Order: sequence, then C-alpha cells, then structure tokens
Amino acid sequence: MRSQIFHKFGAALLLLTLLIVPFVMSYFGKTFWLDIFTRLIILSIAASSLSLLLSVAGLASFGHAAYIGLGAYAVGIPVYFETYGGNDFLAGYNGWWHLLLAVSVCALFALVTGAISLRTRGVHFIMITMAFSQMIFYLLVSLEEFGGDDGLSVDLRSEFALLDTVVLDIEEPWIFYLLCYVLLLLVLFVISRITHSHFGRVLNAARQNEQRVRALGVNPYGYRLFAFVLAGVIAGLSGVLYANYAYFVSPGMVEWTRSGELMFMIILGGVTSLFGPLIGATCFVLLEYFLSRWTIFWHLPFGLLLLGVVLFGRGGIVGLLTRRRRGELEP
Amino acid sequence: MDFTLVLTQAINGLQLGILLFLLSAGLTLTFGIMDLINLAHASFYMLGAFICAAGTLYFDSFFIGVAIAIVITAVLALAVEKLVIAHLYVRDHLDQLLATFGLILIADTGVHLIWGPAGLAIPLPPVLQGQISFGELVVPVYRLVIIAVGLLMAAGLYWLVNKTRAGMLIRAGASNRQMLSSLGINVQVLFSAVFVIGAVLAGLGGLLIAPITEASIGMGNDIIITAFVVIIIGGIGSIKGAFVAALIIGFIDTFGRAFLDTLFAFFMSVESAETAAPAVSAILVYVLMALILVWRPQGLFPPKLR
Amino acid sequence: MNKNFLIGAALAGLCSTPLAAHAADIKIGFVTTLTTGGAVIGNDMRDAVNLAVEQLDSTMGGKSFEVLFEDDGFKPETGKQVTDKLIKEDNVDIVAGYIWSNVLMASYKSVTRADKIIISANAGPSAIAGKLCNENFFSTSWQNNQTPMAMGELLNARGVKSLYMMAPNYAAGKDMVAGIERTFKGEFVGKDLTKWGADAQLDFSAELAKAKASGADGLAVFYPGKAGGAFIKQYQQAGLNDVLPLYSVFTIDSISLPKLQEGKMDGILGSETSMFWGPDLDVPANKAFVASFKEKYGRYPSHYAAQSFDAINLIASAADMLDGDFSDTDKVRDALKKADFDSIRGDFTYGNNHMPIQNFYARKVVADADGNWTTSITKTVLESHQDVFAAECKL
Repeated sequence: MRSQIFHKFGAALLLLTLLIVPFVMSYFGKTFWLDIFTRLIILSIAASSLSLLLSVAGLASFGHAAYIGLGAYAVGIPVYFETYGGNDFLAGYNGWWHLLLAVSVCALFALVTGAISLRTRGVHFIMITMAFSQMIFYLLVSLEEFGGDDGLSVDLRSEFALLDTVVLDIEEPWIFYLLCYVLLLLVLFVISRITHSHFGRVLNAARQNEQRVRALGVNPYGYRLFAFVLAGVIAGLSGVLYANYAYFVSPGMVEWTRSGELMFMIILGGVTSLFGPLIGATCFVLLEYFLSRWTIFWHLPFGLLLLGVVLFGRGGIVGLLTRRRRGELEP
Repeated sequence: MDFTLVLTQAINGLQLGILLFLLSAGLTLTFGIMDLINLAHASFYMLGAFICAAGTLYFDSFFIGVAIAIVITAVLALAVEKLVIAHLYVRDHLDQLLATFGLILIADTGVHLIWGPAGLAIPLPPVLQGQISFGELVVPVYRLVIIAVGLLMAAGLYWLVNKTRAGMLIRAGASNRQMLSSLGINVQVLFSAVFVIGAVLAGLGGLLIAPITEASIGMGNDIIITAFVVIIIGGIGSIKGAFVAALIIGFIDTFGRAFLDTLFAFFMSVESAETAAPAVSAILVYVLMALILVWRPQGLFPPKLR
Repeated sequence: MNKNFLIGAALAGLCSTPLAAHAADIKIGFVTTLTTGGAVIGNDMRDAVNLAVEQLDSTMGGKSFEVLFEDDGFKPETGKQVTDKLIKEDNVDIVAGYIWSNVLMASYKSVTRADKIIISANAGPSAIAGKLCNENFFSTSWQNNQTPMAMGELLNARGVKSLYMMAPNYAAGKDMVAGIERTFKGEFVGKDLTKWGADAQLDFSAELAKAKASGADGLAVFYPGKAGGAFIKQYQQAGLNDVLPLYSVFTIDSISLPKLQEGKMDGILGSETSMFWGPDLDVPANKAFVASFKEKYGRYPSHYAAQSFDAINLIASAADMLDGDFSDTDKVRDALKKADFDSIRGDFTYGNNHMPIQNFYARKVVADADGNWTTSITKTVLESHQDVFAAECKL
C-alpha cells in the first residue's frame, strides 16, 4: 500500500518535472532543452506503446521501430509532394491528413503482420517481427524519390486547422512540446485503462498461462491481435510527432537497433510499471546527452550500464525503487 | 548473361554462405543448448579479425596472426562466458538481447580505443594471392581458401557432434536441456566449451573475410542479423540446418545482387531497377524467413526429440 | 520514487551550471565523423582544423575564437541532432564541416532557419547547389558532380570507349555517376549502386565479376573512406589490373594510400583520379599548408584536410573584414562571398549558389622522393569550372 502511494506520488512528480524543466531551462536561455525534452516525450510515447505488448501481453516485438518509421513517412511524403509537386492525392500539409494516413497505414501493417506473427511464440515471434521491420527498412531505402538511404527533409510541420483556422501552430516549439506532452498523458491513460479492463486481464492471464485461458474457452489470439494493432497505431502516432520534431525522416529510424533501444528503455525503466517506459526513455535520452557530451567513446559507459542494469538491476529503476519483482503487474 | 559469370557468382555465393555458416554454427549451438540469444557473437567475429590483423602486422606473417587470433579469441570468449554470459542462461530472451547488445557496444568502443577508428588491413602472403584459371573462369586463390577452410570446419563440427561423446552431450542438450543435468553431466563445463567453440568459429569467420574487406569496427553487427535468419531457417540447434540455410542465404543474396537488376530491367526503367534490386534482394532473405516461420516454425532441420 | 526525482533534480541542476566556461568571443561548430569507419576522414579534417587554429593563434579579426567539434556518427539523424545542439545550446556563430551529403541535407535547415551560416567542408549535393540553394550556405569544396565531370573528360582524353561504373547507393554516389554521365562520350556497359551507411557493403565480388564480364575499356569508381581500401584490394585480388584499368574519384587519396602501400597493392600505381587539388599543387599557400601538416602529423594531408583548412581560413577572412563581429548575418554573408583569402587551391570565386568556381586536375598515383605513395597532378582537365546546377539556383 505504501509503495503504491509512493508510486503515484513519484509519477506525479516526474510528470510535473517534465512539464516544468524545459520551460525553466529556456527561461535561462538554454532553448536546446526544449528539443531534448520533446524528443524524450516522443520516445516515451513509442516505448509506452511497446510496453503494452511487452509488459501486458508478454509479446516481445523486436520490430516496433517500423511503426515509428511508417508514421514519420506519413508526414514526410505528403509534405514532399505538396512542396515539390507530384502525387496530388497524397500531397498536403494538413496534419489531420497525416494522422489519418499514419493511423491507417500502421493499423493495416500491424493487422497483416500481426496476424502472421502471432501464430509464432517466443524467440520466433521476436525474429519474425524483426523480419517485417527489416522489410520496411529496405522498402524505405528503395524509395529513391523520397531520398532512399539519405532520408527526406520535411520542410514544414503539419498544419492542424479547423474550418481553415490554424488551431495548433506547432511550428511554435512551445505549442509542439505541450501537444506531445498532452498526447503522452492521453496514451498513458489509455494504456492504464486497457490494463485494468477485461481485455487487459485476458492478455495478462494469457501471458502467464495460455493453457488456462484457453481452457476457460477464451482464445487469446484476437485479443493479442487487437493489442498488436493498437500498439502499432500509437507508435505510428509517435512517428508523426517525430517527423515534425526533427523536420527529417529516414530509413535509419527503422534500423533494428532502434527497436532494441525502445526495449532497453522499457527494461531500464521497469517492465512492471505504467511509468517504466517514461522513466526509461527519460534516463536514456539524458544519459545519451550527457555521456556523448563528455566523450565520443560514450558507447563504452553506456554498454557497461546496459550490462549492469540487466545483471544487477532486475525490474529496472522502478524495481530498484519499489523492490517489486518482474512478473507482478501493479494492482 | 554468360555461363562464366554465373559460375563466378556461384563461387561468391558459396563463399558468403561459408562465412555465414562459421558465424551461425556457434549461434545455433548456444541457442539450442543454452537457450541463449547472443548478439555479442558479432563482436567475436570482429575481434578475430582485429587480433589477426594486429598479429599479422606485428609478426609480418598471416599464419602467425591467425594462430594468435584463434588463441586470444578463445581466451576472451572464456572470460566473457564466465563473467557475463554464465549469469544470463537463466534469464529470459529480452535480458539476453540487451546484455549482449551492451557487450557489442563495449567491444566496438574498446576496439576503437585500441586500434583507432580506421580499421586494419591484413596483407596476404604471396602464396594466397593471385588467381587460378579454369578455362574462362578466373577465381582468386584466397576465395577458394575461405571455402576450403569453411568446409573443413563444417566437416570437423559434423564429426565432433555426431561421432564423439562430447557431441552426444551436445546433441542431447540441443534436444532436451533438462536431461543433461539429470545425467550428472557437468553442465557448466559443457556450456563453456560450446560457447568458446562457437566464438572461435565466429572469430575465424571474421579473420577470413578481413583480408578482403579489412577489419573494421562493427563489421559483425549487420551480418549477425543475417546469421540469426540462418539459424531460424535452419532450425535452432541444428548444425546441418545452419549449414544448408547459410548456403541458401549466401546464394540468394549474391545472385540477388548480381542478377535482379537485369531481371527487373525487363519491366521497369533501368534506373529504378538499379536502385530497387539491392533492396529487394535484401528483403528476399527476410521474406524467406517469415515464410519458414509460418510454414515450419521449427525450421528446416530441427534437432530431433525436441 | 522520490529518489528518482532527486536524481532528476540533480541532473537539472547540473545542466543549469555551465559545464565549461566558454571564454572565446567567436564560436565555430564543426560537424564531422569521429566514430565508425568514417572517422578516418573526420580525424583528418579535425587535424587540419586544429592546425589552422594553431596558425591563427586562436584569434581572428582581433577576437579569440574556438572550434567545437561534434560527431555525426555517420548518420544523418545524429548529424542533425548535434547541429541543433551547436545552434541552440552552444550558440555558435557559424557551423562548418559535413563530410556526407546525406548528413548535410538533413542538417542545413537547422542552421539556415536560425539565420546562421553553414559552410560545407566536403559535401556538395546537387540539391543544395541548385533548387534548394540557400544564401546562408557556402562551400569550400566542390559540387558533387564536378569531380566526376572532370573524370568524364579525362576518360575521353584517354580514349576510353566503354565504361563500367560502381558507386555506393547514396546522394553523393548518384551525383558521381550523374557527373560522369554528363561528360563521358563513350558507351556505358554497366553500373552498380551498392549498399552504403554504417553497415555498408564491403564485399564487391559479385559486382567486380560483372564488371569483368562486361568487357569494358575502363572501370570508374567512387568509394570514399574505408570502402576505398577494401575496393582496391579486391580489384587487385580479382586480377583486374591488366584487363580493366581503374579510374577513380574520391577513392584513392592520402588517407587510403599509406594503407594500400602497406598492403602492397602496387596495381594502383599509375591509376588516375580527378580532383580540384593535389598535395603537389603549385600554389604558395598550398605548399605551406602541406609542409606544416606533414611536419605536425607526419603524413600527407588529404583533400578533406585541405578543404577544412580552407573553411577555417575563409571564416577568418570574414572576421578580419568585420573586426570579429559576427552578429549581423547579412554582413558575414557578404564578407564570405568575397572569398578573400589565400586558398590552398589558389584563387577562386563563388558562384551565385556559393559553390567555388575552380580548376580540376588529373592526378596520377606515384611514389614520392621518399618512396611514399602520393598523387601527382598531370594535367588540367577543367578550367574555372562552375557546376551545372548553379543555373537552377535562384540566388
């Protein structure tokens, strides 16, 4: 009970910190911190969506970066066509259009690949999801018109307008940051609701003992597929944000190491907690920033840390703080 | 498209397949017996190359370099197994992926610190340079050496696994892990031995390719993913499966790169064919794996009695 | 959990206190590759920049200056991130560097959007010379197509009738191929674009076999950095020296030559390349640069080093004109446009797109007086050449 209160208190503090720090830093002239925190929030959204699969459903997807890439290109390609001409159907700066594209493409891709992948288990699932994301990677590389390997500059951010009035001017970094922040809260809320719903309980039960769930007359396949699609769509959303944040999309976003980084964030933060991915992403981004600033050999301490977290820090940061073991989901 | 060209490409494909086999053999054994996903296998591939290069340059002899590389790789592998890997056997696959990814980062940066970013070239002794002609077909001697060494290793492994007592234990472990310990076998020693053999084979693969491509940082990080594809297709824990799958992938990749653009040019512009072909030949490998996973998740040659 | 907050607060506190007190008046950001195989080039550039800083005694236009190096990790995305950092966090006055076209393309808008100047010390993609040209962009190198165009002319001069081409599959690789296609008058019998990036393809056996079977008179290639060494080695091992003469752009240079010599790849002695510069180019500023570089680092500088050296001196020339005041970007731009400094390539002028208008030479691989392999200029192939994309630039 005590740990639960601590957990809620800590989470509120963390969210508050994320809201305040970039503003404070910018006030002191360090505007780059807004960039860092924007990236951190976007990665948190992606990692949270993966944690829905990893922690709740026990599905270790090793190709989650593919959805970030698809979502990002759903912004990059329409903006490219609008700027340089070409396909009139796709072209547009309209943010709603980008979102619609990202959501439908990611949902479709997740539906098809999920339907196939979910027939496998364990390490085979890891490998087949990686295979599908590698296919997306090489597909993007072959899109010569959109820069191929080099990626594509996104000249303007998405335009969110209602009745021809721009309601959200995300070219303004503050507004963009707040948008990402609110979306993160929304995603966390949705994931928390799902975890505690009937749907989440079935996923969780199937993760712990599939036989028992089947014996009760429930086939977890459909539940898992839905979770897979939902996680894909949320990751696609983070891709839309990422393209807008970076003004740049490239196949590099889909490399297998990127999917690995997302997993690392979740495990670093703690698999059992709703806020684990957020904490993990925060530590990941800040570590990357400070270590790379300190030395170009920053991969060495980073690798040691990774090793240390896995070997000694079971349950991630949240686990260390609350002494909760992996495998027990929060109540 | 003439016949000589097809033959040359067949030899190139065979060579790539052999390299993939050297890398996959250890991977499939550690995976099958210890249930360990070891990304850091890529680092032994790289370390073998760098140590061989350093040894070759220092002693001015490729063969001494090879010997040193094999010994040091084995020692390093043993140390890594004792210090890190042994703690990972009981963990889930995710932990293993992350920890061994951490090892890759450490190894890559370590190599950068020791040998600089440039990578090392390995000069070949005159014996291994030059070409052999078979009629119109001209093949570099060294490529034949790679193929020969690889086949020799494959034969050696086959003998070890199928004809010796150690091999019997390995096979037993690959098909039923629990049985080993109940038989009173010292599992620790067996695991260490398998890990070291695998790492040495990977190092051998790296040092064999290095005279062609140079030893460079992170040289194993891409090919390791292909090696995983190989062991999935071949069947986890199966040496025979790894061998067949490695050759299949080697041929698909090489022939894809060599002939797909010509093929594509029949139904699209030459320009787009030239860009699309390398991407499609890379995708082919993954499509094959996805098909196998759906059609036969246990792979082509799964170890028996699983 | 509150422990976690404390850590967060500590981190936040750490960043609000400046990690290093920047005393210099002028700050120059320099983005290059310091890790991965590409670091071979990045280190050469950094050495040249440090040499320039030393010779200027860390002063330009009467003000102190410093150069902040950042590593792009060979990735466009990372390149853009560090560029953002230089602009927003370190508040640099000018950003320079950029080896790779794709990194430059991903990064340049971060600089121009902040109305600061970006100077490419190597990359020269066609887009930024033409359609997407920007008044705040300057180059101390060349447009990607120029060097291969010079190569095309060289091939014509050498009587090559049929050509096989190989290049990596990225922006500069395609620009190289396009450049040769512009000027070469013979027939193209084949072309391969190979995988590039951090996990670039380094085994060219399949492609070399095709090239040999094509029966071409010559093989033109572009493989910068470590890929160059790997390519040359396989070219020699495949025994192509005698059957398929090699013509290369940005493949054989002062970075790859010592290693090729160590590997006894004497098949490349006598092979030809095209370039805007060479270590033996007879210009006083160049003689002085090559001599001091060799003295300090014990090796020949590469063209990457030469271009980086020029970049710093170009900035210094602008600082001298403005008494070290870089606050008005319009003035900085006008000062840079004059290119009034002793360039290692001799006199050159800026075109409307801020790409140099300069000569291109044929260079042959030879052994110097000490037996070290280097390149020697044999003839001028293109004189005062302006890139073809300048016409598409609306500046």
